[in-house]
Amino acid sequence: MVPLNWYMWLGAVVFSVGMFGFLTRRNVIIMFLSIELMLNGVNISLVALSHYMQDLRGQVLTLFIIAVAAAEAAIGLAIVIAMFRNRQTVHVDEIKEMKG
Amino acid sequence: MKYYLLIPFLPLAGFLLNILLGRRLFRSQAHWPSTLAVFGSLVVAVMVLMDVLHGKTLNHDLYRWIISDKFQVSVGFLIDQLTAVMLIVVTSVSFLVHVYSIGYMHDDPGYYRFFAYLSLFTFSMLMLVMANNFLQLYFGWEAVGLCSYLLIGFWYEKKSASDAGKKAFIVNRFGDFGFGLGVIMIFLTLGTLHYIPVFDKINTLTGQTINILGLHVNLVTLIALLLFCGAVGKSAQIPLHVWLPDAMEGPTPVSALIHAATMVTAGVFMVARCNPIFNLSHTAMNVVAVVGGVTALFAATIALVQNDIKRVIAYSTISQLGYMFLACGVGAYGAGIFHLYTHAYFKALLFLCAGSVMHAMAGELDMQKMGGLKKYMPVTYWTMLIASLSISGIPGLAGFFSKDEILFRAYASGGVGRFVWVLGTAAAILTAFYSFRLIFVTFHGEFRGTEEQRHHLHESPKVMTVPLVLLCIGAVAAGWVGVPPLLGGSEHFAHFLEPVVGLPHAKEVSHAEEWMTMGISVAVALAGILIAAVFYLKNPAIPRRLAERFPFLYRLLWNKYYVDELYDYIVVRPALGIANNIIVKFTDGAIIEGIVNGVPAFIGWLGAQMRKVQDGVVEHYASIMAVGIFVLLAIGMIFLI
Amino acid sequence: MNMPDLQPLMPEIVFLGLALFVLLAELFIKSKETIGLMVIVSVAATAYMIPQSFGVTFSGMFISDGYSSFFKFIFLLNLILTILISIQYIQIERAEFGEYYTVLMFSTLGMMIMASAGDLIVLYLGLELMALSTYILAGFIRHDARSTESALKYFLLGAFSSAILLYGIMLLYGLTGTTDIMKLSSLLMKNGMRLQSIFAIVMVMVAFGFKIALVPFHMWAPDVYEGAPTSITAFMSVGPKAAGFAVIGRVFLTGLEGFSADWRLLLVVLSIATMAVGNIIAIQQHNLKRMLAYSSIAHAGYAVLGVIAGNTEGLSATMNYLLIYAFMNIGAFSVLVLLRNEQERIETLEQIKGLARNHPFASALMLIFMFSLTGIPPTAGFVGKFFLFRALVYSGYTWLAVVAVVFSAISAYFYLRVVMYMYMYEPEEGVTQDISTAAPLGLALLITSLMVIAIGIYPEPFVNFARLVVG
Repeated sequence: MVPLNWYMWLGAVVFSVGMFGFLTRRNVIIMFLSIELMLNGVNISLVALSHYMQDLRGQVLTLFIIAVAAAEAAIGLAIVIAMFRNRQTVHVDEIKEMKG
Repeated sequence: MKYYLLIPFLPLAGFLLNILLGRRLFRSQAHWPSTLAVFGSLVVAVMVLMDVLHGKTLNHDLYRWIISDKFQVSVGFLIDQLTAVMLIVVTSVSFLVHVYSIGYMHDDPGYYRFFAYLSLFTFSMLMLVMANNFLQLYFGWEAVGLCSYLLIGFWYEKKSASDAGKKAFIVNRFGDFGFGLGVIMIFLTLGTLHYIPVFDKINTLTGQTINILGLHVNLVTLIALLLFCGAVGKSAQIPLHVWLPDAMEGPTPVSALIHAATMVTAGVFMVARCNPIFNLSHTAMNVVAVVGGVTALFAATIALVQNDIKRVIAYSTISQLGYMFLACGVGAYGAGIFHLYTHAYFKALLFLCAGSVMHAMAGELDMQKMGGLKKYMPVTYWTMLIASLSISGIPGLAGFFSKDEILFRAYASGGVGRFVWVLGTAAAILTAFYSFRLIFVTFHGEFRGTEEQRHHLHESPKVMTVPLVLLCIGAVAAGWVGVPPLLGGSEHFAHFLEPVVGLPHAKEVSHAEEWMTMGISVAVALAGILIAAVFYLKNPAIPRRLAERFPFLYRLLWNKYYVDELYDYIVVRPALGIANNIIVKFTDGAIIEGIVNGVPAFIGWLGAQMRKVQDGVVEHYASIMAVGIFVLLAIGMIFLI
Repeated sequence: MNMPDLQPLMPEIVFLGLALFVLLAELFIKSKETIGLMVIVSVAATAYMIPQSFGVTFSGMFISDGYSSFFKFIFLLNLILTILISIQYIQIERAEFGEYYTVLMFSTLGMMIMASAGDLIVLYLGLELMALSTYILAGFIRHDARSTESALKYFLLGAFSSAILLYGIMLLYGLTGTTDIMKLSSLLMKNGMRLQSIFAIVMVMVAFGFKIALVPFHMWAPDVYEGAPTSITAFMSVGPKAAGFAVIGRVFLTGLEGFSADWRLLLVVLSIATMAVGNIIAIQQHNLKRMLAYSSIAHAGYAVLGVIAGNTEGLSATMNYLLIYAFMNIGAFSVLVLLRNEQERIETLEQIKGLARNHPFASALMLIFMFSLTGIPPTAGFVGKFFLFRALVYSGYTWLAVVAVVFSAISAYFYLRVVMYMYMYEPEEGVTQDISTAAPLGLALLITSLMVIAIGIYPEPFVNFARLVVG
């Protein structure tokens, strides 16, 4: 059987890749995808933990995370569209009217 | 007795109404809210007095603002015999002064402001006398000081008025500093600021000393003297009396209310209230008695030669306050409060009469330019005459009973009491003299002013003379509640106050001695009046010749013993000199300004740098968050594992 | 299987039902005042149910107790005041889309669930419900680039912080095998993996710190507060912040009690940074909304002090502070709403020059709120700070209280500058300074200013109430 550690490392790596993407990419859509990656890193770890501890809570939380992520996606895309209508851009380094 | 709350809060409501709406809504009707409010307070105060006469007293914490262990900031009321007397004095005089001001202040551009301040003052004064703890006393103490400052400088466009306001404020700071220290000492040693527990526990401090710069000072004496410091400032005793004569720059009703009848007596009230503390320290008592006695005589001598009508009365006030302290100092707190109460009426009356004269003379203050006013303003003349008879101590009038009581108690207490009795008796002859000098010079003889002024002479309107007549009743009859047993009375007043201030512990004094002291005080009063009559009615040349004969003495008195000049040399000039030369040029310029301007400039610069981080780009924000996470993790790993 | 006890959940269920009803009603009722009134009635009904709902249900996942009730009252109060200041404002901003009120209610529902969460899963769901609704509200003025920009920033960073929270929750779950907040501490201790435990605590703290805008997780706040509709800024600066404190109190003070030395150290660092950054950058701000945003950051720094004190006294001081903060901060924003008219936004210091000349009442109200935010007696702000600092001193952090007082003194500079601009300058040419006259707004101002003064003058019942619900 695959040891728990491997899953945990996989989850951590996916989370980190997502975090790295979020910090480095300029495109809102890509940043948003990076967040999904972070969430999925958490999901992998949760499901693995849940399985190893024979406890359902982790999987329940995973399901909730997926559901919330869907809602988040809907709202996020709506905001991006509204933004695009106002500014004709999806690059965050061009969206900086308010600062200081 | 819950309705007692109305007493302070009605004037507060009057103040709020006037300050918020006065300028737009009430304008020339601004006297209504304030006057009605203080009349309401007067009515309730009478009801409270009735309750107290039936033996109902009350000590009640209305609410607690902040509690931090033993330290409580609370508003509470103590209503006992002493408070009841003060309530009657404050509300009745305040009400009459309000009414009087309607006539006196009419057409003043700051009409609503004046009544707002009067109400605020009345509220503060009532909070002061009704307090059941030292902190609230202190609050009221400072608040009446503030109102006094505002009202002295009421005509702030006049430089002398605003200067006088500042002077009053600064001189009082000296006294209040001591008072504040005293309150802090009480809290530090006894752990509470409420009167009742403080007075219960104060005798546990007897014999304890505190080390100040190597000197072992008796703790109770120290506390008592620190408290007395505040009283010296507020009640204008030597050496902090200099502010009160200058305070006459304020409108005359203010002088009558604040600088004669109520605020300046707060010091006497406080000493009487704290009698359990003072009783424990002979030293402090003697200091109080001597300061009072010396002030009584000292101020009376200055009043002899002044020509400014209001200043004469101001020095007279200082002198009479001295009597009250003298009484407290010999343990006769009841007599002190008795004098406070009678003095409130006749002194307020004197001031209001002076105001009436000024009103007729278009603001003229110099007595030498008056004269013969008797026939132009009869009501003012007769009421002022009665007030002068009362203050001189003519038998049957209010001033006689209270002053005689004080002098007798001083004599009876022996020791230092005998000494201050001599001072007081000497001051009594001077009192009669300067009071009647004022009457004779102002109202008798020929008019010495300009034709224009003569044309303007008139009796004041009803709204001003009616308060005069009412106060006159007080100046006559206020003393009848304290007729001594010797004259067939039973000293109701002293017995009424006994539960609070106790009875003075007198040595055995024979009836003969009692008759003697009374006889002496009556004799000196008559003598003073007589001398004044000789000097100013029969032979007006005598005073001038005396002045020429004793030029040094005359100049000394005329210049008020040069106390102001002395302070100018030893306090004001060095302070200004240090301020101008050292602080402004060196400390302020280099150090303080460096700090005061430098620190905000630095913080501003820091802010300007820091806000650059906030550059509006989401990614950078996220990066900073990530850095934050790693910093927290690093802290966690270094310090916590 | 038995039907679970729904009694503790009743306020939330009723509130949800009413929110859905309002959503439907908005299709038919055009008058915004009516909708606003319906929301207020819903709030009243919910508030009435809260005291009767005490209990624990879903095997400890949902807790209704005095602590949660106190916060729920803050949330509902926040909602009412926001509704009152919104009704006319969103019409002026041309953003009177129907869902505005419902989304506000959903957001409040999320906060209520957070306050009652006894389990990390419930906590996460409540937090997301609150956050997602707030993202929408921040961008509610769709045609305004600044509003959408603030929504975008809030959304991206909020989602990022959620991911971090989830990672923390995952770690806690992995270390303890449970998501029950009450059991975390003992199970973590038993497990003994200290490094991982600290790691998890940091992750959770970061996410909560984001919600209450602790430095350095505050970066979103100034931009979002400035860009969002002013009514929503008022809402956001109180509600989500209080909700963040509710979960911090629950998770750290009860759940992670055994690690109090650890999280205290971290919070001390964060709170000092927060007070410093919030107060210092605020000095540089000339836009009032942005100034209030930094002020709100600084106030979170003060409020955390009560959590650091770490006992009943401290926690109740924090709760009390949040209640007071709700009044004074919404009050200050209400004055800004008052100054918004059809022609222009009055948002900068230059625009309020000489305001006292033309609008003495608006200026006097602003003065009260600025005094209170500075913490000058006898306003509520002083009382709040006093009890916070007192709790801090009693738990041995005197030096931290001194630091807080110093920063509080710095804050006087920018709060009183507002007063100075209103009272000491002549009005500038060309600034109209017409003010709104909407009755509900007036009511909100009346409530907030009266409460700021009332709590300042008579704090005892409020303080005791907070103590009572904690102890």
